[in-house]
Amino acid sequence: MIEIKNLTKIYTTPHQQVLALDNVSLTVNKGEIFGIIGLSGAGKSTLIRCINMLEKPTSGTIIVDGEDMTLLSKDELRLARQKIGMIFQHFNLLSSRTVFDNVMFPLEIAKVPRKEAKKRVAELLELVGLKDKARAYPSQLSGGQKQRVGIARALANDPKILLSDEATSALDPETTRSILKLLKDINRQLNITILLITHDMNVIKQICDRVAVIDKARIVEIGDVLTIFSNPATPTSRSFLDSIIKSEVPEDLLHLAQNNKESSRLVRISFIGSSAGEPIISTMIKKFDIKANILYGNIDRVKDIPFGNLILEIMGEPVIIKEALDFLKDNGLEIEVLKNAPSSN
Amino acid sequence: MLHLLTSFDYHTFMIMLSGDYGIVAEKVLKATWETIYMIFIATGLSYILGLPLGIILVITEKGHIAENLFLNRILAFLVNTVRSIPFIIFLILIIPLTRMIVGTSIGTTASIVPLTLAAIPFVARLVETSLKEIEWGLVEAALSMGATNWQIITKVLIPEALPSITLGIAITTINLIGYSAMAGIVGGGGLGTLAYYYGYQRYDNLILWTTVIVLIFMVQGVQTLGDKATAKLNEKRR
Ligand SMILES: Nc1ncnc2c1ncn2[C@@H]1O[C@H](COP(=O)(O)OP(=O)(O)OP(=O)(O)O)[C@@H](O)[C@H]1O
Ligand SMILES: [Mg+2]
Repeated sequence: MIEIKNLTKIYTTPHQQVLALDNVSLTVNKGEIFGIIGLSGAGKSTLIRCINMLEKPTSGTIIVDGEDMTLLSKDELRLARQKIGMIFQHFNLLSSRTVFDNVMFPLEIAKVPRKEAKKRVAELLELVGLKDKARAYPSQLSGGQKQRVGIARALANDPKILLSDEATSALDPETTRSILKLLKDINRQLNITILLITHDMNVIKQICDRVAVIDKARIVEIGDVLTIFSNPATPTSRSFLDSIIKSEVPEDLLHLAQNNKESSRLVRISFIGSSAGEPIISTMIKKFDIKANILYGNIDRVKDIPFGNLILEIMGEPVIIKEALDFLKDNGLEIEVLKNAPSSN
Repeated sequence: MLHLLTSFDYHTFMIMLSGDYGIVAEKVLKATWETIYMIFIATGLSYILGLPLGIILVITEKGHIAENLFLNRILAFLVNTVRSIPFIIFLILIIPLTRMIVGTSIGTTASIVPLTLAAIPFVARLVETSLKEIEWGLVEAALSMGATNWQIITKVLIPEALPSITLGIAITTINLIGYSAMAGIVGGGGLGTLAYYYGYQRYDNLILWTTVIVLIFMVQGVQTLGDKATAKLNEKRR
């Protein structure tokens, strides 16, 4: 649906050149919710704005629904933009218009006949749950309501794609959840492809199918949300995960590991999926002549699949401990030995 | 001041006694009407020309929807040039042009020419300031929907800046009231001419002070009207 190839963007200011995107390639499939996460200044906004040419790429191609956006004439680009909805962090609603007329705005731009447009606006307000606010002005709405208007407006011309630039960053967690739910419903009901950017891993966790991690103008990791959550390959991804799940080992536990007696190991077990985790650990305890002590653990869910990690102290003969750990590995768990007792290795 | 006031009271009293007051009122009324006519037409014309000029100044700026730095700099230069000439000098400078357009350089209709021409760059700058208050995000949202430049001007820029533009109209009108008095001194008609000939040259304090009072009411009235209209427009927006 969206195919970005070798996209580079350099901002030229009088004093310097800023490389905002460095040879970025990315494909977003039809019907998926694709998230792009990165720290401030990583280039997220630049990337999403290149897709509808609000920012002109320095080089590279951007193909949206089979059309190369970089090759379109001005008029063609305007028509193409009518089919790409966009929502914004600060909503960008017209203060001079009512909610109804704000949603009407893109239909006026597309010159949709008035009668038809009015019907469409009514449908959209119903969809986002703001039917009773049609006559209100944006200033009379809460942030969440404003974003609902933004979403209704973005959907007015039946876009195939919805771009979201930090759409929930100005909202509280509760409102964020409800807006994300709305986006997910829209994605399912209307089969609209959604590309969103965020710096909040919770947003990715809640609604994205796939995610790309962007760091200093480059995409450093890309893949299924579950895969990246359970097994981040880069420090950037890991630090984002740390922001929502504490995979860092608490200090006092590391202390414990150092003071360990000879025949014990402190291990971190990362697991994913419902069959993983505790059943295997209890099997291990039964099967091998060891003792295991769960010191720390947390479990989270991504798209209803549990994942998380446990920190275990395993005590027993070193050989048997090794066998036990192999057993866990054979059962698909990720094992990381945190600190060995001084004598071994 | 005290002396003036005393003389004012005395004079008023005397004129009222002698029945001359009606003549003064008639003169002031006629001059007031002339001033209103000049100001009304000049404000209208200066907006017809200054509003587009202000819009062009904004949209041709770097990074805006119709970037054209060459045009932008030329227009900015012209605007600054006219604005840097004191009105009283400008008035004299463009007498030939006024004659060409109106046929004479004296009278209320002739005054409209310099008033309008001087107000255009002023209006353009006011409009420019109003438009720049609009968040760029709104323009960007419109662009993302595929709006044309014309649609952005008519559906985003002007409606969003309307409260501020309205306030600008009041400021322009008030400025033109002041300018028109200056024009009056060189024969432009209206309250300026009245005050100058009767008040200054003939020491007619009654006319002088009546004129001042009328001007004060005019300015207060326009400002109040502008504030009210702006408040009304802002009522639901904020
Ligand atoms: N118009 C511009 N001119 C010059 N440099 C720019 C411009 N826009 C962005 N940049 C620079 O490009 C880089 C990427 O900016 P971008 O806005 O894409 O980051 P971001 O990931 O969206 O950050 P944030 O999370 O803070 O919104 C930054 O270094 C920024 O300073
Ligand atoms: Mg950004």
